[in-house]
Amino acid sequence: MAQNIFNWLDERLDLQGIYNTVLDRKVPKVNWWFTLGSASLFLGVMQGITGILLSVYYVPTPDHAYDSITYIMTGVKYGWLIRGMHHWGASLLILTAFIHMLRVFFYGAYKYPREFTWITGVVLLISALGMGFTGYLLPWNQRSYWATTVGTEIAGTVPGIGDFILRVLRGGTDLSAVTLSRFFSLHIWIIPLIVMATVAIHLYLVIRLGISNIPDQDS
Amino acid sequence: MTKKYRSPVLDRRNFVKIVTSALGSLMAAIIGLPVIQYFISPAFGKEAGDDWISLGSLDDYPLNTPTLFNFTLTKINGWEKSSQSYGVFVLREEGQDVIVFSDVCTHLSCRVNWDEEKDGYYCPCHAAWFAKNGEVVSGPPPRPLDRYETKLEGDQLFIHLREG
Repeated sequence: MAQNIFNWLDERLDLQGIYNTVLDRKVPKVNWWFTLGSASLFLGVMQGITGILLSVYYVPTPDHAYDSITYIMTGVKYGWLIRGMHHWGASLLILTAFIHMLRVFFYGAYKYPREFTWITGVVLLISALGMGFTGYLLPWNQRSYWATTVGTEIAGTVPGIGDFILRVLRGGTDLSAVTLSRFFSLHIWIIPLIVMATVAIHLYLVIRLGISNIPDQDS
Repeated sequence: MTKKYRSPVLDRRNFVKIVTSALGSLMAAIIGLPVIQYFISPAFGKEAGDDWISLGSLDDYPLNTPTLFNFTLTKINGWEKSSQSYGVFVLREEGQDVIVFSDVCTHLSCRVNWDEEKDGYYCPCHAAWFAKNGEVVSGPPPRPLDRYETKLEGDQLFIHLREG
């Protein structure tokens, strides 16, 4: 029965073909450093899942943001676990993505024909840092408030357009409810959509071009 | 180089498949089971609405006249504090146990008032009358005014407030 359903779908969707292309593609003999891209993808998916779960209780207003997180931590069963995974997963993701980038850099894997893969990777790294920056404000505690005050202040030191950037980031001159709301929107909608689209291109390119060898003395 | 050993029952590819799906299922379970609790636990939290409320000394309430006592309780739902006000009529009659009525009309939850002249409780929403003992006299209410369970500790009067 299951085999029949699979065959019916396979005939129309070429599932076996997708499997062969995505998972059974030829790879050179590589080492553990080559697992960091997959690790980053896994952590990114986990951030998405735990983030969606946090949004069940989190409220992005100055009145309730802190209290709703206290509720997640103490009032809801396993809320501490979900938030803990989101919190630590964020730091870990930056780490794996950064080491992944170092591997690509030192193995020269960004060279022809993989330059565009590298460019999408840069977009992903910047997006990940953007997720970190916007997510840091959401607990609305003293640390996040002042970290964002300083962070936006730093953006304000850009010559010429600094004041413009600072005001746009904060949604005004002060760090306020408007700031919290727009950081929330960036954190759960805008940047994630950019990330998902870019990850799709990144993975398409990895599958299409294959992965590079570990360079040897001849290369 | 040692001689390669090949298992007759399980090749390398299938071994990796089995280990991957086993570890994957384990991780999904470790995360998935708490998630169910995460979703349903607020639905079965401890309710704040089960408590004995002090109405003060019984001697403060006059004989034969239902007297309104108002109080406010604070409830916390998640991260939101909300206050709800309650009104109860205390009816103390010679030689009988004290009766405490809710002032909420049993029709559609408007608040009833004591009318001394008519000797009854009047609900202004749909012109319903309740007798002094809470029975329906006229109008749409389906049942008499609700009574609270009472207890006396010394001369202190308490009612049992229970919701849901």
